[in-house]
Amino acid sequence: MNQTSRIHGRHRGNGNAQGIQRWGSLIGGSALAIYGLTRRSPVGLALATLGGVVAISGAKANALEEPATQSSVLINGSPEEAYRFWHDFEHFPLFMNHLESVTVTGQGRSRWVAVGPLGTKFRWDAEIVNEQTNQSIAWRSLPGSEIEVDGYVQFEPAPGNRGTLISARIRYRPPAGALGHAVAKMLGKDPNFLMRQDLRRLKALMEAGEIPTTDGQTHGPRSVTAAAARFVDPDRPFKGDVEVAEVFSQLRRVS
Amino acid sequence: MKAVCWMGVDKISVETVPDPKILNPRDAIVRITSTCICGSDLHLYNGFVPTMEQGDILGHEFMGEVVEVGPGINRDKLKVGDRVVVPFTIACGNCFFCKSQLWSCCDNSNPNYWIAEEIMGYSPSGLFGYTHMLGGYSGGQAQYARVPFADVGPLKIPAGIPDEKVVFLSDIFPTGYMAAENCDIEPGDTVAIWGCGPVGQFAIRSCFMLGAERVIAIDRIPERLQMAKEGGAETINFDEVDDLIQLLKDMTGNIGPDSCMDAVGMEAFGHGIGYMMDRTKQMLRIETDRPIALREAIQACRKGGTVSVPGVYGGFIDKVPMGAFMNKGLAMKTGQTHMMRYMKPLLDRVERGDIDPSFVATHRPPIDLAPEMYKMFRDKQDQCIKVVMDPWANGARAAA
Ligand SMILES: NC(=O)c1ccc[n+]([C@@H]2O[C@H](COP(=O)([O-])OP(=O)(O)OC[C@H]3O[C@@H](n4cnc5c(N)ncnc54)[C@H](O)[C@@H]3O)[C@@H](O)[C@H]2O)c1
Ligand SMILES: [Zn+2]
Ligand SMILES: [Zn+2]
Repeated sequence: MNQTSRIHGRHRGNGNAQGIQRWGSLIGGSALAIYGLTRRSPVGLALATLGGVVAISGAKANALEEPATQSSVLINGSPEEAYRFWHDFEHFPLFMNHLESVTVTGQGRSRWVAVGPLGTKFRWDAEIVNEQTNQSIAWRSLPGSEIEVDGYVQFEPAPGNRGTLISARIRYRPPAGALGHAVAKMLGKDPNFLMRQDLRRLKALMEAGEIPTTDGQTHGPRSVTAAAARFVDPDRPFKGDVEVAEVFSQLRRVS
Repeated sequence: MKAVCWMGVDKISVETVPDPKILNPRDAIVRITSTCICGSDLHLYNGFVPTMEQGDILGHEFMGEVVEVGPGINRDKLKVGDRVVVPFTIACGNCFFCKSQLWSCCDNSNPNYWIAEEIMGYSPSGLFGYTHMLGGYSGGQAQYARVPFADVGPLKIPAGIPDEKVVFLSDIFPTGYMAAENCDIEPGDTVAIWGCGPVGQFAIRSCFMLGAERVIAIDRIPERLQMAKEGGAETINFDEVDDLIQLLKDMTGNIGPDSCMDAVGMEAFGHGIGYMMDRTKQMLRIETDRPIALREAIQACRKGGTVSVPGVYGGFIDKVPMGAFMNKGLAMKTGQTHMMRYMKPLLDRVERGDIDPSFVATHRPPIDLAPEMYKMFRDKQDQCIKVVMDPWANGARAAA
């Protein structure tokens, strides 16, 4: 789940920060075996939440219409399997990196803990407000929560028997709008990107039983600049000698 | 362990690094017995593919013995002690693309998929030792490697067949074969192949296996042309001809080859002002790739024919003769090789004795000589065509 914590520069996250280890889970039929989860770096968490939660708050600070993050993903599996996996909110931290934990407290209610800037924890309680078995789930934070959240996910059979199309929409109303705005502007994270990352992790988990990673793999000596860049922002992927941006500017110049 | 590291453009060194460990349930660790240098590695060596980082371990053509497997691996599929060839593409085995046999397009094996998406719209699979944009996985020019989704990729090899005969199943034999398949060969066809490197060599032989009557192989390195000839091809040294397209016309009754293959990729050599412009643009990074062979292949191909492109491109190219491509009604097929589709059938061919892939290997040095070998292979010195390194041989500076 550390994977999500990679957020960097203008709107992207990544998958190879250092020093974080995560085991995926294996899903066999209905049994979910989690091999163990270790926590990501505090900075990563902070950034993840900044991106995932506060950025939205910032955007919202001067907009009446609350923007929702939304995206979809195609999963090779039945709507039943997808629904079953999603319905247990305790699975969420496996693929949503800004979440530290979700505890189901019964009667459709659950307690959520996300980690924000500088390790600040945000907690809220949520309840399922509507669900159609194997089709959709809607949930909402209870009144009085630190963060107001409402979420909706839908499971449809994909065309051509290709599995299930999962479409999700999550809306956050964060605690401190103005502050959130400033921070979001500074970091420039894109919540839609983060949601796509979350859904991609979910897809990998459901299809492959694990989330691909290179965190903690062996490698040769890194350069001092790379080490410095990593120290400053462990979640910012280091793109080596030639920046992708260069390729883009090439594209522009060429065309 | 010892590992060949990319330390910057033109800088390769053999470093001592920690041994790899299992990171995911479906990982395995392989103790490598043979590992090759590929034409694709030269694109990294020369700095033409973005997102390499100092300290990255290179190498994607390797085989060895399984020494550890993760808890997610079914022991019927893979166990400690198995001797395996590892394909260079990493695939989960259960996404839409894997299920469609488009293994090199797997959706779940590239943790950095989003970098590739910025450039290509969607991301191909992760690859070993081949840039962060394609996964950032440490590669196999080392004594050990971590192999993700090890219950899907690695092909078990029976004892008794020497490494040299099977190690090229890790990439270039299937790559040459898929490139030939992508030519849509009908019995009696003529195929023209640009590039007589290892990929071109296997492509030549595969074209004949698939029923081609004539193969015309194009390069400028004498020993490579010689090897192509030994494989049954007619050869053209493009350094010695003024008008390659006209020559191909003359050789084919003005019809043109039925299929044309670019087995050169983004660092093609050429002549004249066009080549100089491409080189300059590539150096200035206005154009990432030099598509000389590709342009010629499109231009030379007969009407209604097929252009097959195993040669690797990383970014953007200029002046593709789209008019020729469209008006002649051509088709183009390309891709990183869908390895798992070809490995087993080609192993069967090796076992049957249809082909002995070891013909292409010219150098078998210890891994310690990797820096010299990269240079030699790139500069085509010492008649070098394919380097297979031994990670355990007692290295020093012994002769290759
Ligand atoms: N699609 C895949 O999955 C895949 C797999 C492996 C390699 N490749 C790619 O295939 C290409 C060839 O690989 P290789 O290992 O044989 O490399 P190589 O560098 O050994 O061979 C390339 C050959 O092309 C020749 N050449 C250069 N310019 C030419 C021109 N204008 N016309 C004709 N020939 C020309 C060179 O002299 C050389 O012999 C590379 O681009 C490599 O990255 C692709
Ligand atoms: Zn290769
Ligand atoms: Zn897959």
